[in-house]
Amino acid sequence: MAWDKFFAMGSYAGFVWPALGLSAAVLIALLVASLKFLKKQKAMLARLEADMPKRDRGAES
Amino acid sequence: MFHKFANPTRFLRLSTALTPWLGGLTVVLLTVGLYFGLFRSPPDYQQGESVRIMYVHVPAAWMALFAYSVMAAMSAAALIWRHPVAELIAKSSAPIGACFTFLALVTGSLWGKPMWGAWWVWDARLTSVLVLFFLYLGYIALYNAFDDRRRGARAASILALVGFVNIPIIKFSVDWWNTLHQPASVMRLGGPTIDAGMLTPLLLMGGAYAAYYLWVLMLRVRGELTAQKVRVLQMKRARREES
Repeated sequence: MAWDKFFAMGSYAGFVWPALGLSAAVLIALLVASLKFLKKQKAMLARLEADMPKRDRGAES
Repeated sequence: MFHKFANPTRFLRLSTALTPWLGGLTVVLLTVGLYFGLFRSPPDYQQGESVRIMYVHVPAAWMALFAYSVMAAMSAAALIWRHPVAELIAKSSAPIGACFTFLALVTGSLWGKPMWGAWWVWDARLTSVLVLFFLYLGYIALYNAFDDRRRGARAASILALVGFVNIPIIKFSVDWWNTLHQPASVMRLGGPTIDAGMLTPLLLMGGAYAAYYLWVLMLRVRGELTAQKVRVLQMKRARREES
């Protein structure tokens, strides 16, 4: 396959690649932010549970 | 059967088990979908290679509507049955839906410029999707606008339900009004009118976006459930320090 022809996208390169690139950027950023949010909450929970007396640990009340 | 998952602990266990599978499914479908979309599908006879924008534009638009529908249904469940997990699913769906809507708008704009000669036109489809984007932002803002979490969640749920009228308007806007946007070519009565060589990558990318949505949704709901436990423990600690 001729790669430069592929990347030229029949003269629509300036539209096709930004559309794909931006989609990838936004979806990856959201995934990373969601993973970080979960990790942060887990760390906070672990810290709180560590300095709680055992009988108080249940979070269901 | 869904009342089983109303139990936060059971939901947490299920979503933790599902997360890696959804992540794997997303990567596989995305790889195959992009391969077919970029290398194995034909250029359009009118639109040339610019038609490949469809493979990221249409799935984003589908999921923008789907994420809103989930948000509205879960908001209804939260308002009617005080379902504890439903509210967190609705809250977690909003930022994902907002991202999909943003991508549908921007990739649509990048497709519109070479095909229609304009980045933006104020027609029914584009305007109603822009309204959808603002509904998502309004929901997120309203949720966080109150000091009392319960009141914020209630106000946001009501907005989500009222805003649901926009969903059929978006879907049928291309039939009800004159528009530059093309009518439905996949989800229509009488079957798809799109060529099989383009339908395959489109459906694969649609599947990939759906798997991604569920994957990130599970991650966010788990984060919210953990945050809820953190708040309970913080309150307990504050009470203990007072006494």
